[in-house]
Amino acid sequence: MMPESSSSATKTMNMIEAINSAMDVMLERDPNMVVMGEDVGFFGGVFRATAGLQKKHGKTRVFDTPINECGIIGVAVGMGAYGLRPVPEIQFADYIYPGLDQLVSEAARLRYRSANDYICPMTVRTPFGGGIFGGQTHSQSPESIMTHICGVKTVIPSNPYDAKGLLIAAIEDNDPVVFLEPKRIYNGPFSGYYDRPVEPWSKHDASAVPEGYYRIDLGKAATVRSGEALTILAYGTMVHVTKTIVEEMGIDAEILDLRTLLPLDIDAIETSVKKTGRCLIIHEATRTSGFGAELAALVQERCFYHLEAPVERVTGFDTPYPHSLEWAYFPGPVRIATALTKILKD
Amino acid sequence: MPETHPKKDVGRPASNLPPLSLHIPEPRYRPGDTPDFGDIDIPAVEATPRPGEATKPDAMRELSYGLVRVLDFDGQAKGQWDPKLTPERLRIMLRYMMLVRAFDDRMFRAQRQGKTSFYMKCTGEEATSVASTMALDRGDMCFPSYRQQGILIARDYPLIQMMNQIYSNRGDHLLGRQLPIMYSAPEHGFFSVSGNLATQYPQAVGWAMASASKGDSRIATVWCGEGSSAEGDFHSALTFATVYNAPVIFNVVNNQWAISSFSGFAGSERTTFAARAVGYGIAGLRIDGNDPLAVYAATQWAADRARTNNGPTLIEHFTYRSEGHSTSDDPSAYRAADEATAWPLGDPIARLRQHLETLGEWDTERHEAQAKELDELVKTTQKQSEKLGILGHGMHQPFETMFEDVFEEMPWHLQEQCAQMLAEQEAKFGPNWKPE
Repeated sequence: MMPESSSSATKTMNMIEAINSAMDVMLERDPNMVVMGEDVGFFGGVFRATAGLQKKHGKTRVFDTPINECGIIGVAVGMGAYGLRPVPEIQFADYIYPGLDQLVSEAARLRYRSANDYICPMTVRTPFGGGIFGGQTHSQSPESIMTHICGVKTVIPSNPYDAKGLLIAAIEDNDPVVFLEPKRIYNGPFSGYYDRPVEPWSKHDASAVPEGYYRIDLGKAATVRSGEALTILAYGTMVHVTKTIVEEMGIDAEILDLRTLLPLDIDAIETSVKKTGRCLIIHEATRTSGFGAELAALVQERCFYHLEAPVERVTGFDTPYPHSLEWAYFPGPVRIATALTKILKD
Repeated sequence: MPETHPKKDVGRPASNLPPLSLHIPEPRYRPGDTPDFGDIDIPAVEATPRPGEATKPDAMRELSYGLVRVLDFDGQAKGQWDPKLTPERLRIMLRYMMLVRAFDDRMFRAQRQGKTSFYMKCTGEEATSVASTMALDRGDMCFPSYRQQGILIARDYPLIQMMNQIYSNRGDHLLGRQLPIMYSAPEHGFFSVSGNLATQYPQAVGWAMASASKGDSRIATVWCGEGSSAEGDFHSALTFATVYNAPVIFNVVNNQWAISSFSGFAGSERTTFAARAVGYGIAGLRIDGNDPLAVYAATQWAADRARTNNGPTLIEHFTYRSEGHSTSDDPSAYRAADEATAWPLGDPIARLRQHLETLGEWDTERHEAQAKELDELVKTTQKQSEKLGILGHGMHQPFETMFEDVFEEMPWHLQEQCAQMLAEQEAKFGPNWKPE
C-alpha cells in the first residue's frame, strides 16, 4: 500500500520522534495548527513528543497550559470554532476524565448539533497503556470509552511509520480524533517478555520514516502477518506481543493491526475471519465492556457460519492497574498462549 | 527496640468543643411568605467611580462588591458610568427589549398550545443580553447560555429562523436536532447553544485566545447563570483567561434562581459572584442587571479593556428571574409568589421607558403603538413559521438527517444503521412509503 506522500528522504525514528515529526510537518504546512498541553512548550513534553517544536514554531503555536484538562479540551473547542486546528496533548490518558464532558458533550457533537455551523477539527494526543510501572493512574487503556462516544474517531498506532502517517491524517481530519499513543512502545517494540532486553525501533522496518509529509488514511487496518490458522485482532502494544508469541509457537496466524478503532475496518476483519474461521481478540484494556466485546459481537454477527470455534478474548483484568503486580495483570505470553491453544484445539 | 512512634497523640485534641453542624443554605422566602428585599444594599448612582479601562484588577476590587448603576429610580441617567447614548440609540435598545418580551410571550403560549416541547423566557433579564450586545462590535463572538435570545434579536437575526428552530420544522436549519431555543447563528456571531451548563465558558476563552494569537481585533463574550458558575468549566475558563490575558468578557447573570435552587447553592451567602474575579486577578464588576444603561456601560468598559490587551472582565448582572426556569417549571412550588414585584431594582423595560419619557423622547402613545406593532410582527412571523410545520406534526426533517453530520463523512456503521431505520419506517408505513 502506497500512502499519499510527498517524496522525501527517510530517517530512522522511534515512535516519539515520528510523532514529533508529524506535528512539525503539520505546523509547517498549516498556519492554523496549534499544539498545547501541560509541559509541552519550552520543555517539550514529559515524553519529549513536542521537543523543539516551540523553539521552531513559536510560543503562540506551541505552548504550555494550566493543569486543567477540562480547560485544555474546552479551549481547543473554542479555538476550532474560531478556525484554528488545535492538537492538545493530555499528558496521560488517565488524566483525560476531567476533560471528558468537553469531549463527549461538546467536541463530539458540535458538528451535529449545529448542523455544520461549527466543527471541531481537534486531535487529542495522549499516551496510554501500561507496562511501564505507572501504577493505576499512569497505565489505563480508555479506548472503549472513546469509541462509545458518537462523533469522535479513535486511532491507535503501533509503530513509528504508522504513528506519523496516522497522526497527520488525524490532524487533517475535520472531526475530533482521540489519538492514543501506546507509551510502552515509544522507544521500541515490546515482545511481552518484560525480563528481556528492550529492542530499539532501529532494528524494526517500521522505523524508516519519511522526513516529510505523508498520510495513512484513518479507518484502515494493516495486515501484520498473513496466515490461515486463525485471525488475531490487536492494536498498539499488543500487536508486537502477539506477533512474538505466535512466532514462538509456530502458529500460522493472520494478525490484523486495527490502527483505527472508529471508524473500524470491518471489511478487513470480515474477510480475514471468513478465511480462517477463528478469531482471537487481544487488548490490554479491562475486559468487561472493553473494545473486544464490540469486536466479538461484530464478528459473530457477520461471520457466525464461518466460525469453527467460539470467539476468544485476551484482555487485562477488571481491576485497577496494579503497580507491583503489573506483570501478573498484563495480558502477556502465558495468557495469549493459553488462548491460542484453546481456540485452535476444537 | 527503639520506639519509632510516640504513644501519645501528638496532634491537638479537639475535645470540649460543641459538635460540628452542617450548614444547608435556605432561601429567605418560600411560598406563602411576603418577600421584603429592603435590606439589599443599593448604593447611590453617583457613588460608584468608573476606573480607566486599563486599571489593574487589584486596584478596583471594590467594584466586585458594589453595584454599578446609571439609572436612578426617577429615570435619570447619572454618574461616571453614564454611557451618554443618544435618544435614538436608547429607543433602539427599548425596541429590542420589547421585541424580546413579545417574542417570549408568544412562544411561551405556543408551547402551552402544544406546538412545541419546550420554551424558556428571559422576562426581567432582557437588558443583560440586549444592552450587552449593543455595546459590542458586530464581529465580536457571543457564547450564550440558554437565556440569551436577546443577543440574536439585538443582532437582527430573522425571527422566523428562531421560530423554525423552536418548532423543529422544515425551515429549522439545525434540522430539528436541538431542543427548542438552542439556536446557532455563526453569521450573527452567536455560538451553538449546548444545553450543558457553563461548557461554553472555556470555549469562549479558546476563541478569544485564537483571536489574540492571530492578531485579530475581535473579542469573545460569554454568559452563564449564577447557578452554573459552580461548574468546574467556569473555573477552568477563568484560570485560562487570566493565564493568557484573553480578550474575553464573562457575564454571570445572577437572576437569583437556578430552577428551584436559590443563589445560596452557588455561594451567594458568602460573597458576590463578581468577587470570583478577585482570586483570579481578573477585573470584576457587579452591576444592576435591570438597568440597561449600566449593562451597556459595563460591557463597553470591558470590551475596550479586552480590545486593548488589558485582559478579561467578569461582570455579575444582579437581576431577577421573573418567571419560571422554563415551560417545564412551576416556581410557585418553591418561592414566594410576588418576589418579582417586590424586587427592588424594577423591570428593565419599564426603567428604560421611564428614562426616555423623562428625557421627553418617548411617551405612552408611542410606547403602546410600538408594543402593538411588535406583537403584530411576532404574530405574523409565527404564522409564516407554522406553515413550515410545528413539532410532531409530520413536517419534520427527512429521517436520514438523523445520521448526517455525526462525522463529515458517514462511516459504514452509520450507513448500516440509517438503512435499518429507513426499513423500519417502511415496515411501519407500508411499501409505498417514501422518505420525506
